[in-house]
Amino acid sequence: MDGIHDMGGMDGFGPIPIEQNEPVFHAPWEGRMWAMNAALGALGKWNIDGARHALERMNPALYLNSSYYLRWLYRTEDILVEHEMVSREEIETPPEQRQVEKQAEPLHHDEIVSRAHAAKSARVDADVAARFKAGETVRARNIHPAGHTRLPRYVRSRTGMVDKDYGVFVFPDTRAVFDGDKPQHLYSVCFTARELWGDDASARDKVYLDIWDDYLELG
Amino acid sequence: MAAQHDRDEHPEHSHLSDTDLRVRALESLLTDKGLVDSEALNAIIDTYENKVGPRNGARVVARAWVDPEYKQWLLRDGTAAIDSLGYASTQGADMVVLENTADVHNMTVCTLCSCYPWPVLGLPPAWYKSFPYRSRAVKDPRGVLKEFGQDISDDVEVRVWDSTSEIRYLVLPERPAGTDGLDEKALVDLVTRNSMIGTDRLKGGQD
Repeated sequence: MDGIHDMGGMDGFGPIPIEQNEPVFHAPWEGRMWAMNAALGALGKWNIDGARHALERMNPALYLNSSYYLRWLYRTEDILVEHEMVSREEIETPPEQRQVEKQAEPLHHDEIVSRAHAAKSARVDADVAARFKAGETVRARNIHPAGHTRLPRYVRSRTGMVDKDYGVFVFPDTRAVFDGDKPQHLYSVCFTARELWGDDASARDKVYLDIWDDYLELG
Repeated sequence: MAAQHDRDEHPEHSHLSDTDLRVRALESLLTDKGLVDSEALNAIIDTYENKVGPRNGARVVARAWVDPEYKQWLLRDGTAAIDSLGYASTQGADMVVLENTADVHNMTVCTLCSCYPWPVLGLPPAWYKSFPYRSRAVKDPRGVLKEFGQDISDDVEVRVWDSTSEIRYLVLPERPAGTDGLDEKALVDLVTRNSMIGTDRLKGGQD
């Protein structure tokens, strides 16, 4: 989807907020939020692509007005409701006023770690032919899927060169909604800064993106 | 999606207690339902606050500096070479290592979200996840590098790597001049987190 999350090339956000000696979490709730996300992810009701898509679907104004882990809070609430694991009413009811029944046994830490480890790679051991090869000129397709995609706007319709074939990986667009892994080759594709940003950009600089077969056509 | 209820304009710095309460309420609800276990959450937080961090990446870099064979392996098969030091886990299953040289400066970003190589660098700093970095790193990398105090010569090629897949990138910074006498352990201390993201270049000696 052409969402607010697709930020490459936008202007106006100001200087980089560089902080010296930064803590891992800026407040305890950030750590709780992050850990809840990891623990819930291990339940396997959604995958990383679906979780990313839930963030992308946030109202753009809310997305821009929320800090990183606050977005995670909203995303987690939404995704839990979508999967009917909690109701909106339960979320909005103060803990002392609600009564809920235990519906499961939570995962212990070891189990969360081992499940995350088992699901860690998106690489697939499948015999799928590559449509392109290193050195070939390719163009990122001009596509605007309504759902999840990992082809940023700034690269669509631009011409680059396949730098490397990384092998076969699951396809995030379909995997996000459990509509099949659609295994296909993933490439590192190199674009010149001038192809992306015009003649004012450095003649020397390059931008590399990881791009799946389905996002490419011959250049 | 059902995001249209009482949620407008809540940057948490002005509503810290609201957010704090909302997160506590969610944890309490999920605990009551048996969906999360608070002890497990404590352990996850402890791992990423105290055990996994850029020190891991620094050990990979220092090893590559002192061991040419390891360096070749690292550049050829980053995943296996990093695994061999014991730093394999989620969000770093497929690692690619990018070598900085006198002619090429590599820098990594995730414009779409905040993909980052957790096993070797831990969780990303706030600036890496910020809108200014995500938006400008691909379009004006030299301007971004200037904000980090790095003036890159026009002769040097800047390569920006946008982490759009599950491949995770680690920059192998140049070994600083004047460090020939240092052993691997001392070299580890010279490697900064930002040098492995590509927004820092290491200076010589112990300055």
